[in-house]
Amino acid sequence: MSSQTATIVLDLKGLLCPMPIVKMAKAIKEVEIGDTIEAYATDPGVMADMPAWCRTTGNELVTLEKLDKQFHFVVRRLK
Amino acid sequence: MATVEFPMENTMTVQSNGKATKNKLSMVVFSGDMDKIMAALIIATGAAASGMEVTMFFTFWGLKMIQKPGTMTGKGLFGRMLGVMNRGGLDAIGPSRLNMGGMGRWMFKLMMKQKGVATLPELYDMAVELGVKMLPCQMSMDVMEIDPMLFRDNVEPPVGVAAFLEEATESKMTLFI
Repeated sequence: MSSQTATIVLDLKGLLCPMPIVKMAKAIKEVEIGDTIEAYATDPGVMADMPAWCRTTGNELVTLEKLDKQFHFVVRRLK
Repeated sequence: MATVEFPMENTMTVQSNGKATKNKLSMVVFSGDMDKIMAALIIATGAAASGMEVTMFFTFWGLKMIQKPGTMTGKGLFGRMLGVMNRGGLDAIGPSRLNMGGMGRWMFKLMMKQKGVATLPELYDMAVELGVKMLPCQMSMDVMEIDPMLFRDNVEPPVGVAAFLEEATESKMTLFI
């Protein structure tokens, strides 16, 4: 979908809480402000956790969607 | 009386008494049970990953978590008995319920592995990597006869209640686990 524009594509499949946000927190430090990270996860918890993490850290959740058996989301680093 | 709504940024930095607080979590880890330690480590890593400064203060049974695996504590008879009957290290601690002499611990570890949950040592390493500060309690170390040399390398020198209270005072969130 947005694979062409995302700076990093993260594979969070099979990981459970708190690893998806921990990996996201690490990855966000590796991209420039304004860049995006695209990720795929299988833990349904990310539907609540990723928006919450974005709110507390002040980053933008561009998309968050449930695909067939996984969750796809894009986060943009704002600060 | 009309309620006044503050923007998120303001409520995060100023307390009701006007005192500034850091974006920080201070935790007392009293329990040495596997399930409670897991909760403590998940909250600590999650908070650190969300940009919070995190301090964990270990007291009493909680000290078992930061002990190097395979080490023995105790100097006198009672101290050594305590060390033998209550082994330290993340792999030796059992759940708070249904441990059944280690069977519960084995079963939980197996079930967690099957589901792909991060193990306690993995969570611990992650917490260290994210800069979680770990402080042991001097008084309970004296009571339980635990040598500070037996703690993992990232653990800071022992402190007392005043040091924890100082950390807690400037935190916007405190937990007792």
